[in-house]
Amino acid sequence: MVTTKTKVKTQEYRGLSEEATFPDKAGHFGRFGGKFVPETIMPALDQLEKAYLQAKEDPSFNAELEYHLREYVGRPSTLYYAERLTKKLGGAKIYLKREDLNHTGAHKINNTIGQILLAIRMGKKRIIAETGAGQHGVATATAAAMFGIECDVYMGEEDIRRQALNVFKMKLLGARVIPVASGSRTLKDATNEALRDWMSSVRNTHYIIGSVVGPHPYPMMVRDFQVIIGKEVKKQILEKEHRLPDYLIACVGGGSNSIGLFHPFIEDKEVKMIGVEAGGLGSEVGQHASTLTSGEIGILHGSASYVLQDEDGQTLPVHSISAGLDYPGVGPEHSYLKDIGRAEYVSITDDEAVKAFQECARLEGIIPALEAAHAIAYTIKFAPRLSKDKLIVICLSGSGDKDSFEVAKKLGYNI
Amino acid sequence: MNRIDEKFYELKAKKKPAFIPFITAGDPDIQTTKALILEFEKRGADIIELGIPFSDPIADGPIIQASYYRALIKGAKVAHVLDMVSELRKKSEIPIVSMVSYSTVFKKGYSKFIENSVMSGLDGLTIPDLPVEENQEIFEIARKNDFKVVCFIAPTTTDQRVSLITQKAQGFLYYISVVGITGIRDKLPDDIIQNINKLKQMTNIPVAVGFGVSTSEHAKLIGTVADGVIVGSAIMREIEKYAKKPSEELVRGVGEFVGQLISGAKG
Repeated sequence: MVTTKTKVKTQEYRGLSEEATFPDKAGHFGRFGGKFVPETIMPALDQLEKAYLQAKEDPSFNAELEYHLREYVGRPSTLYYAERLTKKLGGAKIYLKREDLNHTGAHKINNTIGQILLAIRMGKKRIIAETGAGQHGVATATAAAMFGIECDVYMGEEDIRRQALNVFKMKLLGARVIPVASGSRTLKDATNEALRDWMSSVRNTHYIIGSVVGPHPYPMMVRDFQVIIGKEVKKQILEKEHRLPDYLIACVGGGSNSIGLFHPFIEDKEVKMIGVEAGGLGSEVGQHASTLTSGEIGILHGSASYVLQDEDGQTLPVHSISAGLDYPGVGPEHSYLKDIGRAEYVSITDDEAVKAFQECARLEGIIPALEAAHAIAYTIKFAPRLSKDKLIVICLSGSGDKDSFEVAKKLGYNI
Repeated sequence: MNRIDEKFYELKAKKKPAFIPFITAGDPDIQTTKALILEFEKRGADIIELGIPFSDPIADGPIIQASYYRALIKGAKVAHVLDMVSELRKKSEIPIVSMVSYSTVFKKGYSKFIENSVMSGLDGLTIPDLPVEENQEIFEIARKNDFKVVCFIAPTTTDQRVSLITQKAQGFLYYISVVGITGIRDKLPDDIIQNINKLKQMTNIPVAVGFGVSTSEHAKLIGTVADGVIVGSAIMREIEKYAKKPSEELVRGVGEFVGQLISGAKG
């Protein structure tokens, strides 16, 4: 049985169940969220919000989404007891939510299938997306191929270099990969460029944002498409352990896999949530991407959230070995969860992540994405401090196949 | 009376459109920006749109992005831009509107930002990434300071939103001529005149038109119907051409280019 629900005490929190609780109607999560975009795309956001809210209540839309998630993506993903990792650490019992087993090898496809169905519903003829690690780009290109829709993916040149395999996959899937040479040539710049494309193409194009960032309704909508992770975990852990977990641990770049895991547990106050950010090479400016642990509130890519900015609001450089975490902003719901004290955020360095990457491979026979390796690395530090009767669920957001070249290089292998 | 209102009042009597050149503050450097503003004024520009450089401008095309990048690399700060405007006010009364990202305004605190802008001698601001519904208070603070928050209207804006925006708008309306970002275009949209006329029927606030207005022919066409003609990217491209030349040469060359645009706009 699910234990008694305790409500989080905040002004915005009205104790409504599930997705309806926040954001408010204008897309605000407390002082975060909102819509900070040029007027040109405001009508498109209104249209998208309307279409999404209608679709959400439409049984045929939900049935179609469920069908594709089951038959094409392969959901539900398993909740796997990581026995050897647990024994090695000697503390809490560790479960891995295997999002790496989804078609395309990451959680990103949960969202792209949902949004492409919505795009078709809105009569849009073309899809654009931004990508960092390439997982969202591949997931978008995959969904676009399956539904036969034209797809352009913006990707920073630095990420193209780091993620050559995913670039090839996207091309193979029929998408056009557009290199972005501006700024730091990573995810932030790819997002700028996708937004600029949308400024011109908004009448016939849908922009599939890959994380719980951007202007309203994206943070809400992407979350809703990702909460399947947490909903499945809840059901699976009750079947296996007959109780809810004590800790949920997930990596946070923009924050979609973590919000997907966390959100269904928000009212279950006894379940603690820990988001793990990229600590990169160290705490100096430009060496990390720890937005929640060292940023301040600001505006980036259409919403108010914690961001890494200077005193003029200029975006600061960031670094992470993991292309998916290399982002100076974060989803507004995470900022809100941090502010109300509902979730805790920590950071893990590149080296710790690489060690966890290897540890997970050797102990469990699972090569995790470098993003997810951050969550594992924190668990490696944290689990031994807990007693054996405690339960941890880690979101293993994706497979590490895409990272093998980068890690090999870091470890001095020439492949 | 605010300098912007005064200017449109004066131009209405003359039945001439305002010519509004955009330049990035700090490209190639802040002193050259100041010299350019004085040069544009001398050549007959009516209002200056002064871009405060931002690291991630969403509404801007490659030319303005690159100019922001150059200015930031050189170390342009908001404080320097405001200091330059204060200096300029000793010599010039030309109305100046800043174009600034809400990231910057928010980070500085919008109340404080307006206060400092007013003190420096700026007359208004445009915030391309702030839709009217996100900050009601900023219009109130501006009103109290006789400062203008200039709002945007795009070809995609619905009639319902037009009335929401015109209720808030101060100084003038910035009509975005194209569905897209700033940049040089060979041709303006076919329905541009029709759209401007339609908007003018819906409001009494002066309507200035920008995005894609690149040549003196464009300026002339827009000038026949709009209350103001805004040119940005085409001017910034000229500045880019003179990047390696001495400042005086740049000011003279870009000044000549702007002079031609003004002749076009004013017919």
